[in-house]
Formats: sequence, C-alpha cells, structure tokens
Amino acid sequence: MTDTVSEKLRALFPDIEPQKVLDATVIDVEPERLMVVMERLKTYPDLDFSLLLDITAVDYLTYPGQQGGRFRVVYTLRNWKRNWLLQVRTPVADPELGLPTVSGLWGAADWAEREVYDQYGIRFQGHPDLRRILNHWQFEGHPLRKDYDIYKGQVCYEPDRLEKEIRARLAAKGIDQSTMSDINTEMMFLNLGPSHPATHGAIRIFTALDGETIMANVNEIGYLHRGFEKTAENRTYNQIIPLTDRLNYCSALMNNIAYVKAVESWLGIEITDRAMFMRVILGEFFRVQDHLVCLAANLVDMGGLTNYWYLYNEKEASYDFISRLTGARLTSSFTRIGGMYRDFYEGWEADLERQLQAIEKGVNDSLKLVLQNRIVHDRTQGTCVLSPEKALSYGYTGPNLRSTGIAFDLRKDNPYYHYDSFDFDIPIGSRGDIYDRIMVRFEEIFESIKIIRQAVKRIPAGPVFVDDHRVALPPKEQVYHKIEGLANHFKLIFEGVKTPAGEWYDSYEAANGELGFHFVSDGSGTPYKLKVRPPCFYAMSGFHEMIEGEMIADAIINLGSINIIGGELDR
Amino acid sequence: MALGLEARLGDSVLTTKLDEIINWGRQYSLWPMVFGTACCAIEFMSAAASQHDISRFGAEVVRFSPRQADLMLVCGTISYKQAPILKRIYEQMPHPRWVVAMGACASSGGIYDNYCTVQGIDTVIPVDVYISGCPPRPEAVLDALIAIQNKIQTESVLEDRHKDFKGILD
Repeated sequence: MTDTVSEKLRALFPDIEPQKVLDATVIDVEPERLMVVMERLKTYPDLDFSLLLDITAVDYLTYPGQQGGRFRVVYTLRNWKRNWLLQVRTPVADPELGLPTVSGLWGAADWAEREVYDQYGIRFQGHPDLRRILNHWQFEGHPLRKDYDIYKGQVCYEPDRLEKEIRARLAAKGIDQSTMSDINTEMMFLNLGPSHPATHGAIRIFTALDGETIMANVNEIGYLHRGFEKTAENRTYNQIIPLTDRLNYCSALMNNIAYVKAVESWLGIEITDRAMFMRVILGEFFRVQDHLVCLAANLVDMGGLTNYWYLYNEKEASYDFISRLTGARLTSSFTRIGGMYRDFYEGWEADLERQLQAIEKGVNDSLKLVLQNRIVHDRTQGTCVLSPEKALSYGYTGPNLRSTGIAFDLRKDNPYYHYDSFDFDIPIGSRGDIYDRIMVRFEEIFESIKIIRQAVKRIPAGPVFVDDHRVALPPKEQVYHKIEGLANHFKLIFEGVKTPAGEWYDSYEAANGELGFHFVSDGSGTPYKLKVRPPCFYAMSGFHEMIEGEMIADAIINLGSINIIGGELDR
Repeated sequence: MALGLEARLGDSVLTTKLDEIINWGRQYSLWPMVFGTACCAIEFMSAAASQHDISRFGAEVVRFSPRQADLMLVCGTISYKQAPILKRIYEQMPHPRWVVAMGACASSGGIYDNYCTVQGIDTVIPVDVYISGCPPRPEAVLDALIAIQNKIQTESVLEDRHKDFKGILD
C-alpha cells in the first residue's frame, strides 16, 4: 500500500525522496515549496490527504550531534480511504518569520498552528488568529523550547476578555451592529464556563446571541493544561505511563495501551499473544466505560436524569472488576513496555461476563427511555449537523467522524492486535447530527461487547510479558544472585528503556478517535520530545461550526455529544 | 400539623448556645459547589451516585452557582490560567464558606510539578481540608465531608476565619 504512495509522490515531486518509518511515509520539504506541496497533497485526487491529523514542531537545541537549523515543523496527514499516513517535515530558519499557514486548506490547522506558536514560538504567516491557546495570555516565552525551565511558572492575574475575537468572528460572518439595528434587535454576549456545570470540565464557550440563536462563537481552552509534554521529556519511558492515565481519564487504560504500543512498534517488539488479547479485552472494556460516561452526562444535559443512574451505575459497578484487576479505580497504569503489568486474576472471566451483562441491561434500559422518546428526537435530530467534509477538514476522528457517515476506524483500516480476525461492525451515522453521535456510541457499546466475548473465548495461555532483556525486568533470583541481572535491573529502572535514535508516529483507535504519539528519541531512556495527537482537541476546534445558527441550549447538548475530556484536550 | 418530636414538645422552650444550634444546622446541610476540572471530578460523580450516596451526610444538594453554596470542592488540577477563575468563584460564595482540596493536584500540584500548574490551591485561596490520592476514592470524599462537619462544630459565628489570608493573586 505504502509503496504506491511513495511512487505517487515521486511522480509528482521527482526531487523529493520519501522514506518509510513504521506505517508512515516521511518527506522533507523546503519551506519555499511547502504551500505548493501541501496544496497538491490535499487536492490531487490521486493523493487526497483530506485529514490533517496534527502539526507539531521539534526544537533540536540540545539534540546530540544536531546539524542544520534549530526548529523543524512536522505535519501528519492521512488519506483515510487508502490508509496512507504521511509526515511532511519542514525546517524553520527563523521562528519569527516562520512558515506560511495551511489553515486555508485544513480547518484543523487553525488550532494546531496556534499550539505550535504557543509552545515553540514559531509564527505562521497569514494565520487568521495567531495567539496563545494552551497557556494564558499573560505568559511570556515558549515552554516547549529546550531552553525554557520546566519549573518556571508564570502567574495569570485575570482571564482573557475574548471580546476582540468574537467581534472578528461576527465580522467574518458578515454581521455588524448595523445589521442588528436594522432588524431592531441587540446582540447579547453570553459566556459559558470555564466553571459551568454544562461544560463538563474547564472549557470556555463565548457566544454572541440574537435572542437564543447563536450568531457567532469562539472557544477558549487550556484551563487544564498540565504540561504533559514537557513533563514527559523529563521521565523515562515507563514513568510516562501514569501520566498517560490522566489524558482521557474516562478510559485511562486505552491511553496506556496506545502509548506503549507506540514505543513497542519503534523498538520492534512483538508482544505475546496473551498480552495482545488482554489489551483487546481491556481496551474494548474501557471503550464501553468511556461511552457510558459520555452518554450518561449527555442525557443529563437533556434532562434525562434517570439515564444517568442506569448508565453510570453500571460504570460504578465495573470499578469493582477494574480495581480488583489493576488496583485502581480510575487511573489504571496497567501496561508496561513489552507487555502487561500482570496477568488476569483467577476467575476473571465470570466477573467480566457479569459486568457485561449488567452493562447490556443498563444500556437497554436507557435505550428504552431514549429510542422512542419524542423529546430526545426533537432535540437531537437535525441539530448541530456536521458535514463529512467539515468533519474531515477539522480533523475529526472516532465516533464523531463516523456519525457523519465516514466509516474510518483504525481497528478496521489499520488493524493491530488481531483486530482483523474479530467479527464486528463499524456503526456509522447518516446525517452527522447530535442524534447520530449519541446512537453511534450506543451501537459501539454493543460492538465492543461482541469483541470482548470473542476475545475471552480465544485468549491463549502463556506469559504476558516478552522475554527481552531490553525492556523486561529480569527475574528476582537473577537480580539478587547475578551481577548481570542486577546491572540489567538497575539500568532499566534508572536509565529507562532505551530506544534507538529517530522520530516516529504511531496511533491507536481510542474511545474518542485517533490517539497518536509523535516521538523524537535521542537514543536515551527518556524521550527527547513526545507529542500527543489528542482526538478531543480537533473535535473542539470545529465546535463553532456546529453550533453557529443553532440555539444556545443545543450548544450544551452538542458539547456533551462530542465528548470533550479536559485532560486530553489541554494535556 | 406536627407529627414528630415537635408534637411532644408542645409549647416548651429549649435553651442552647447560639453557636451550637447554628453549627448543628450548618453541619448537616452543607451545599457543595463542585469546582471540577479533571479526573477527581469523575470520582466526585461516583461519590454522588447511588453506591456511595453523599446524601447520607446531608450534602447532596450540589449547587453549580457559588452564590448558593457554602462548601467548595476543588476537584482537579488548577493551572495558572484557571487560578483567577477559582479565586473569583470562591469570592462569590457567601460567608461562611469552607474549601476542600480534593486530590494530589489541588493539594500540592501532584505529579505536575511544572510551569503551568499551581503548586497547591492554598496559594490562591484558604483551604480547610485536604484529601490525598490521585484520584482519591469516593470514600475519601465522604471522609473529608465528615472532617468538615467536625470542624464546623468547633467554630463560632463571631469569628471571621480567614481574614488574614494572602495568596499569590491578592
């Protein structure tokens, strides 16, 4: 597959030499040609890279043996139809001059470029609204630059007003005060959040209203920015696992799996079959948990509190199984590079099956309240519609993308852990409205349960950890009695698992969509750089497109339906 | 029509100390305002749900308006960007008010010892009870609630509790 993408790229750009890194094809492009190349990648039907997954930068200031410029910007693109993954790398000579913006091509680039500017201080020429996104407006300097001290906190004294931004948005939509006075009405500005029950976390939604209709909307995020990426640069690979728990904390174990999967694929480690099946079972179980919380909260927003008890109680009950297995309720930290922390306990199958049946009952009870409910239908059908083109442009993945009718799911399109051998369907929506987003999640719960049941039947016996001294701790007898064992243990703990120098991207279908990790390794036991590609961030970046023209009450349930999780959104 | 204890008492007069009767009332009718930002808020949801049932302690009337609440539960990491909002919400709460820092992040910054995270909310607002854990279990939330109730018992309406507090934003 990827060979054809290399051929196509060579045919179009004879002087560019594509390299293959894991699943991705990587090309280096000079800044002068960036726009031409990106435009072709997006618009040529042969290439059709309609999904801009992520933009990030790398600061090579302290990279051993670094040559050339200090900064490089990396664009990660995907052609979802043919499962092509492409990374475009461009050197940045002067961060003040920066690069031309690609926000005209992909909507997702708007926020992605703002983040690169905020974290690395690289400007994007022609960007419509280049300002900080994760850090506060009074912040000085750029934290992910290697010369920024991790401990240097900066106090913010007052929140940003956002008035300029909302007026700019209104102007962009062709609405000004004279239009309003013509129809004898006045614009009202309404601020929701960042501390508001309906925002499900710390997000600020700022709207300009005509009556109850939203004329314009700008959103501010970053209230839960906890410096995951900078902290990760100071931890060994295994020490980062607890940090990944706290990205999407409703499905912590999925982040654990996604993260170690990315490291293992670079190390070329094939984990044991039992570990793979464990990851499938637990991953799908947590996908169910995530959807339960999302649906429970979303239906509460709509006024259906009973659904909250039906759905959330099953999640609560599932914690008994999860804490028995992992020792924790929410933050599991259950994977390690090379396998799982430990095997299932004895009798886990019965516990799991009991949970699954309880969940099925809870979900079916809730569906009885929802499926034929006129109020739910009236409120959700045809509201906050997202077209497939818009969804792709803003980098939507996961259930939100599938609700628009695009059947893209990494489990089917780029299968890992034997997913190709399981019998399951990818539910898709037809209109991309709130109803579709809710129903796709309901259906995915049943599909995940189907996968779990198949995997429980097929799970083989055997070890859950690879026998590879590069990643696995040696048995205790060797540590206590042999100097090689002791040295091996010491080095793995103190220096961490060593990865070969290089850069790579690997992704996983998490509950909310494509969760990717972009690593830069300098060959040591700590990553030189680690960037998360969070599905929420891009879902939120297209939020205004969905709610403008709708009612304020619809905006609330729409926010619940795209399932924004602060930890992952702001990292 | 009186049906309970009050029917027996009839017109009789009870004497007690003002502090005691007021504290008794405050103790068992805490109205929490949840300042939920992160993972801990999910565990607070569990504390409120049926299995742990916070209403057993008279604190189930969760208010999302600070003006109607007297107990603030800070559930989750507070970043420097969030801090002025936390302070403003706290100031909107009427006196008397109590604050619980739930979890490692709110108490001390937790594992996020870095440029964007406030190293404990007690640098911004006064805190009465800290809960350890990352995240704490729902039982720990209930434990903190009891600790607040015990604390209320010892207070006096004549004292302004935190008048000397000075945080980084003051």
